[in-house]
Amino acid sequence: MNTSVNTQVNRSETARRPAGADYALLPAVDIIEDQTGITLTADVPGVSKDNLNVRVEGGHLLIDAGISISVPDDLNVLHAEVRGGSYHRSFALSSELDTAAVEASLKDGVLTIRVPRTDRAKPRRIEVRS
Amino acid sequence: MNEYNRFPTDVFGELSRLQRHIDEVFRGPGPARDIRATTRTFPAINVGATADAVEIIALAPGVDPKKIDISIERGILTIAGERPQAEQDDHLNVYAQERFSGAFRRVVGLPDDIDPDRVEARYTDGCLRVTIKKLESSKPRAITIQ
Repeated sequence: MNTSVNTQVNRSETARRPAGADYALLPAVDIIEDQTGITLTADVPGVSKDNLNVRVEGGHLLIDAGISISVPDDLNVLHAEVRGGSYHRSFALSSELDTAAVEASLKDGVLTIRVPRTDRAKPRRIEVRS
Repeated sequence: MNEYNRFPTDVFGELSRLQRHIDEVFRGPGPARDIRATTRTFPAINVGATADAVEIIALAPGVDPKKIDISIERGILTIAGERPQAEQDDHLNVYAQERFSGAFRRVVGLPDDIDPDRVEARYTDGCLRVTIKKLESSKPRAITIQ
């Protein structure tokens, strides 16, 4: 079964850059669609449940997460492949997705978001009467 | 709130990150052209030092900590493991697949003054933190003038 163009989750914004040393990283994501909805998986290492904010706003799914990794106070950085204080990413949701039923879970720095389709958008078989 | 911000943000770091991203995009499928061409590194590693220890922080989300293999041999720290691929039964469309999956191995050269017998590793929120104490003899100390 093929999905129409408007069921796609459009990748829209790139990481925003607030003033100062703190800036947002773009988390890597997997987006997979099945019969009943879309599952989005994002890598957000260093994020605890308290610093995570997932919301739907104006047809967009927004992920905002603050990184907090405990390191000693006198740490002197020698080599850093990742710099940044937070993750931010947003995705446009199309109208047949049920934004009221979005579910999110976080485990070991992996955020999983399930966006189901509305019931009327789920595929169903039409009986042909003879 | 955020101690992590102390990792400095400098323009060269940004450029190298951009370069890696460009390499990744234009490399395309198939083997890398250059034998030394780096693929996307997983896990990303930050290294720092305090007066009495070396701290290595590996951002390895979604990995079973029991299956991470950490070893120190001749001054080289190796972090190895595997991140399983997500289950993909009956999916219809994959719109994005940016996350790393498969086996990984990263090595970090350690300074000479570390004590390989005093190592601690913790895994929280997808971050592996390895603390290696420095040898007592190498700790900074004030020398009194006689």
